[in-house]
Amino acid sequence: MKKQILSTIVGTAVLGLTAGYASATTLEDVKEKGSLQCGVSQGLPGFSNPDDSGNWSGLDVDFCRAVAAAIFGDATKVEFTPLSAKERFTALQSGEVDVLSRNTTWTMTRDTTLGLNFSVVNYYDGQGFMIRKDMNINSALQLSGASICTNTGTTTELNVADYFRANDMEYELVAFEKADEVVAAYDAGRCDVYTTDASGLYAQRLKLTDPNAHVVLPEIISKEPLGPVVRQGDDEWLNIIKWTHFAMLNAEELGVTSENVDSMKDSTNPAIKRLLGTEGEFGGAIGIPNDWAYNVIKEVGNYGETFDRNVGPDTPLAISRGVNALWTNGGLQYGPPIR
Amino acid sequence: MALQGVSHDVGQPKVAIFNDPKIRGWVYQTVLLVAIVYFAFVGIQNMFANLAAQNIASGFGFLGRTAGFAISQTFIEYSQAESTYGWVYLVGLINTLAVAITGIFLATILGFIIGVARLSPNFVLRGVATVYVETFRNIPLLLHIFIWYFGVLRLLPHPRESADLGFLGLLNNRGWFAPLPITDDLFFLTSIAFVIGLIATFVISNWSRKRQMATGQQFPVFQTGLALIIGFPLLVFLVTGLPLTFDMPVAGGFRPSGGFTIIPEFIALLLALTSYTAAFIAEIVRAGILAINKGQTEAAHALGLRNGPTLRLVIIPQAMRVIIPPLTSQYLNLTKNSSLAVAIAYPDLVSVFGGTALNQTGQAVEILLMTMLTYLGISLLTSAFMNWYNARMALVER
Repeated sequence: MKKQILSTIVGTAVLGLTAGYASATTLEDVKEKGSLQCGVSQGLPGFSNPDDSGNWSGLDVDFCRAVAAAIFGDATKVEFTPLSAKERFTALQSGEVDVLSRNTTWTMTRDTTLGLNFSVVNYYDGQGFMIRKDMNINSALQLSGASICTNTGTTTELNVADYFRANDMEYELVAFEKADEVVAAYDAGRCDVYTTDASGLYAQRLKLTDPNAHVVLPEIISKEPLGPVVRQGDDEWLNIIKWTHFAMLNAEELGVTSENVDSMKDSTNPAIKRLLGTEGEFGGAIGIPNDWAYNVIKEVGNYGETFDRNVGPDTPLAISRGVNALWTNGGLQYGPPIR
Repeated sequence: MALQGVSHDVGQPKVAIFNDPKIRGWVYQTVLLVAIVYFAFVGIQNMFANLAAQNIASGFGFLGRTAGFAISQTFIEYSQAESTYGWVYLVGLINTLAVAITGIFLATILGFIIGVARLSPNFVLRGVATVYVETFRNIPLLLHIFIWYFGVLRLLPHPRESADLGFLGLLNNRGWFAPLPITDDLFFLTSIAFVIGLIATFVISNWSRKRQMATGQQFPVFQTGLALIIGFPLLVFLVTGLPLTFDMPVAGGFRPSGGFTIIPEFIALLLALTSYTAAFIAEIVRAGILAINKGQTEAAHALGLRNGPTLRLVIIPQAMRVIIPPLTSQYLNLTKNSSLAVAIAYPDLVSVFGGTALNQTGQAVEILLMTMLTYLGISLLTSAFMNWYNARMALVER
């Protein structure tokens, strides 16, 4: 018995020890490894989803590819670690992944007490409800008494609690560890309602037996700013993550795409010159090659391209840009200037 | 031997202190203990220093903070507006214990029946028991849980078409909505009658055992006990004018209201744990019975005992000595396996505390440590109880 307690303590201590060493400087580690280790979801169409042959695709996946392109000039130098909602922060804290790009909501507690830093918002989301059409419900306010399926360890559990409390309604929460089991249980009729981020609802609906028999209710009950997360205390790395996203936004704003980026190199527009590294030393300032943004755009594309490719109107998810449009189009995506 | 005898007569030979095996032993033990304590201390200190260096919050202050999420099954009062993480821990612990204790109880009964059936002279009975054991033992438990959960869930009707079980309430894929007994003021008399019945039965069984030892006369303890424990309270219950009503569930809305609900996750987990562990217990029971010499059966038959009493009075009491130690480890397995609940949303300790609470607070080290120590504690208590029971069942050598 003594031994068991001891091994418990030693095991925990080892967790603490290894966590201490992994984060000397993340950029050096990544360069030495020769690849970026990126934490993604276990399968959320449009955001991070593996295909039949194990190739990952999605908005969050493309972000990691863009970071790899910025560092190595090669978007393929990235390894993906699928993580459950529960495992994700520990995996990042312990240094198992270099960046967590897993549709993770930015909240104050997570930003301040976990030893983590949220960098940017690459998708503005909000929590919604999905229900069977034949239930004839058309507002979330009619859901009193409903059974609600969701994931454990997410902000959705707390939001739904707040929403039902604020509207004085009853509900039964059934929380599963893995998204696939939530879908299976909802499909099997265990719950009336499936709740998660609206983008997730559109994505998971594709996995149901009859996607057309389900409808997403109009109410959006929370703010869910999703974005990549890094460990606290490594500002150089945080800068690389932030500016990779900003570069993709600036590229879209300046009309630079993966197709015209080569010809854009000859542009006389000073903003484009600075973006593509033909003027100034902006890459060097954050410890990566000067043509970092060129590589990102060439290999992955600008923000609009990755959005359209993964979740946009022409994909099965068919999500419109909405609040995720550029600020110039009335949306919230705003890239600070590169200068 | 001879040499030792001689040295005793002469007295202890003089040895240098560092050559004395006794002192050496002590020194080694002390050094080892100091080293272990030191490493544990340094490890823990290091862990907290590293957590602090990484700006990760530590300590147990989170236990007093409001949790704010819902739990689908709570045996104690739980309010998402007020209850704390410490309370969430209790809710989870009670849910774990509820499924583990019910599971142990049912698995033991089912296991004994199947174990005895495996040795039955009846070909069909033996065959069925063998097929059961071989099938259930050889499929991973997680699959059992999924099959029970998703299989049963799809078979059950939607709440709008609930199966009406009459007095037993309603059944649908939101669970079993059972009638909730509500006691009136006079019901305590029935409870008292029940306790009196229990005590009286205990006294009578002791007395009858002594009398049987002394005179060989038997007393119908079972029938008397039944009358005292069930009949007497029932009589009081009738005389005091049926002081008990039932709150029946009523269909309507998203799910029936009223009564009390047994959620499908509990039922699925219980069925999976019971059927799986019962297969192992059956094998342990069979092994225990086979360990008893056939001569015992023959001797009992020669004394005129029929099959039933032979099994009950001669074989099982002896077999228990073989059965209890491995049975204990099955009980421990069942309790620990109940943590697979997390796969099907049963709100056990691992799911609500080691899962949701961990994620909302981010304090993985503290929460996992607490969860592990809790399981360790439950297991040690179970072992201690079973060891005590084993000692009681041991052959008394006269």
